[in-house]
Amino acid sequence: MTLATATKRSARGKPGRGVADHGAWFLVLPALIPILVLSVGPLLYGIALAFTDSQSGRTEPTQWVGALNFQDLLHDTLFWDSFRIGLLWAFGVTVPQFFLALGLALLLNQPLRMRWLARALAIIPWAMPEVVVGIMWRLVYHPDAGVLNETLSDLGLGDGKDWLTGTATALFAVIVVGVWAGMPQTTVALLAGLQNTPRELHEAAAMDGAGAWRRFTTVTWPAIKPIALAITALNFIWNFNSFALVYVLTQGGPGGRTRLPMLFAYEEAFRYGQFGYAAAMGCVMVAVISVILSVYLVGRLKGGDEA
Amino acid sequence: MMRTTKPARAAQYVALAAYLVFLAFPFLWLISTAFKPARELGSLHPTWIPKDPTLDNFRQAFDEQPLLRAAGNSLIAALSAALIAVVIATPMAYVMARHRNRVAKAATGWVVISQAFPFVLIIIPLFLILKNLHLINSLLGLIMVYVVWSLPFALWMLVGYVRAVPTELEEAAAVDGASKVRTFVSVVAPLLAPGIVATAMFAFITAWNEFFFALVLLKTPEKQTLPVILNRFIGTEGVADLGPLAAAAFLATIPSLVIFAIIQKRITGGMLAGAVKA
Repeated sequence: MTLATATKRSARGKPGRGVADHGAWFLVLPALIPILVLSVGPLLYGIALAFTDSQSGRTEPTQWVGALNFQDLLHDTLFWDSFRIGLLWAFGVTVPQFFLALGLALLLNQPLRMRWLARALAIIPWAMPEVVVGIMWRLVYHPDAGVLNETLSDLGLGDGKDWLTGTATALFAVIVVGVWAGMPQTTVALLAGLQNTPRELHEAAAMDGAGAWRRFTTVTWPAIKPIALAITALNFIWNFNSFALVYVLTQGGPGGRTRLPMLFAYEEAFRYGQFGYAAAMGCVMVAVISVILSVYLVGRLKGGDEA
Repeated sequence: MMRTTKPARAAQYVALAAYLVFLAFPFLWLISTAFKPARELGSLHPTWIPKDPTLDNFRQAFDEQPLLRAAGNSLIAALSAALIAVVIATPMAYVMARHRNRVAKAATGWVVISQAFPFVLIIIPLFLILKNLHLINSLLGLIMVYVVWSLPFALWMLVGYVRAVPTELEEAAAVDGASKVRTFVSVVAPLLAPGIVATAMFAFITAWNEFFFALVLLKTPEKQTLPVILNRFIGTEGVADLGPLAAAAFLATIPSLVIFAIIQKRITGGMLAGAVKA
């Protein structure tokens, strides 16, 4: 939604009072200095590191190696495996998350009896530390003491799967957790959009004889579309860059089946001490995300005209 | 009011029930596991409700890992980071909301871009910088990182709150000859108080829950925060004492849940203000 804020801001008229007002500088500096020193600076430093042979705990000085790290990355099949897994995970989480959240938001916008409970429950995954979410689902997935296998066998649907350690099921199992954990934010954002939609529009459409689906496509969707697109783009980026949840659930296993790019880069940097190489991975991740995002934004701007 | 047919309404209730089950069952299972005695956890047919509920897991959790100390570390880190973040973010948010100069534009751009960066690109240089400052394995170093890390969202929420404050009061102050800083401190900031509190609470929760930076920057158990200590319970082999693990995980969630319950409405409001009104 920061995206929405940024793109629309510039479109709005109101002229500012300009840089002439020196008081503004006093107000900005307390935040600006830490941002420059601890965020923008490290970011540039990180990009620079990608072109060096920087390693942890090495005695000889760090040297520039040009694009060597990137050349190595190009041939690093493990990295591209993790990249593919990262994209699978990001799509696999973001898409179901959006549709489930949309469904829940539409329900919560209806005068239903138990919706206060659903609203309260929808907070839980959002407020929980990701580590706790991971631990909790490990307990659910536990082969013997877990509720999932027990329920499945009670229902006569087979028994005793090692969800998180089975090569066939691990990625699917972590994706389910990702969907569960991220659904609330999306639901709340969409619900906020729904509640801003004027009721009269719905009533007018209903009077004209529009059915539920027609009302959704002609009234509801146009109203929530900006929020929906912004939150989906952000979710995709956040999911692609995520770490804690999968780290706690599987540590990237079994055999790298759930090793997201962030887990791979973390291991490379802090287990093997390859700072330069890991920084290069970070740069590649940023580049790919930027490309995806710009394709998406261009599509959104075009789509904006017809809507 | 729109009319909804009976079958449609029934379908809505069925769907709502399905959502309730999906959202609640992992959490209920966590609580159930936390109160189960060891022999029930070892049984091959686990039950939803502990037959013989016990508090042993909680006691054992405190014995196995330095939970109290970790909670103390988390509290110090999250509280300091939240306070510093809102103190420095509020004036900047004011400028971002009210001015359209280069600083405000660059800050807005940074807020957007910072959402897209993989932390690994930031953490390696930060690790090297903090190492040179001897701030690895120190809460102070972690707090510095948390302040900057929580700034984008804090700014975003606060900009929304500032926009909700009518400009007439500031114009009146300007006519009276008050400086920019003076106007901000005595006119705008007091009106923002509820929004500032909500933002601080949100910053507190994000720092309380944070794992990645703490994992990288804190080395010894005496310094580690709650999420890192919780992860230690699992162990390298992934084998864990399920009962104490569940008990500790449940306890670690309570502060965030309580705070979140209090500020949930305001966060929704802040998101709306940031996304829709802008």
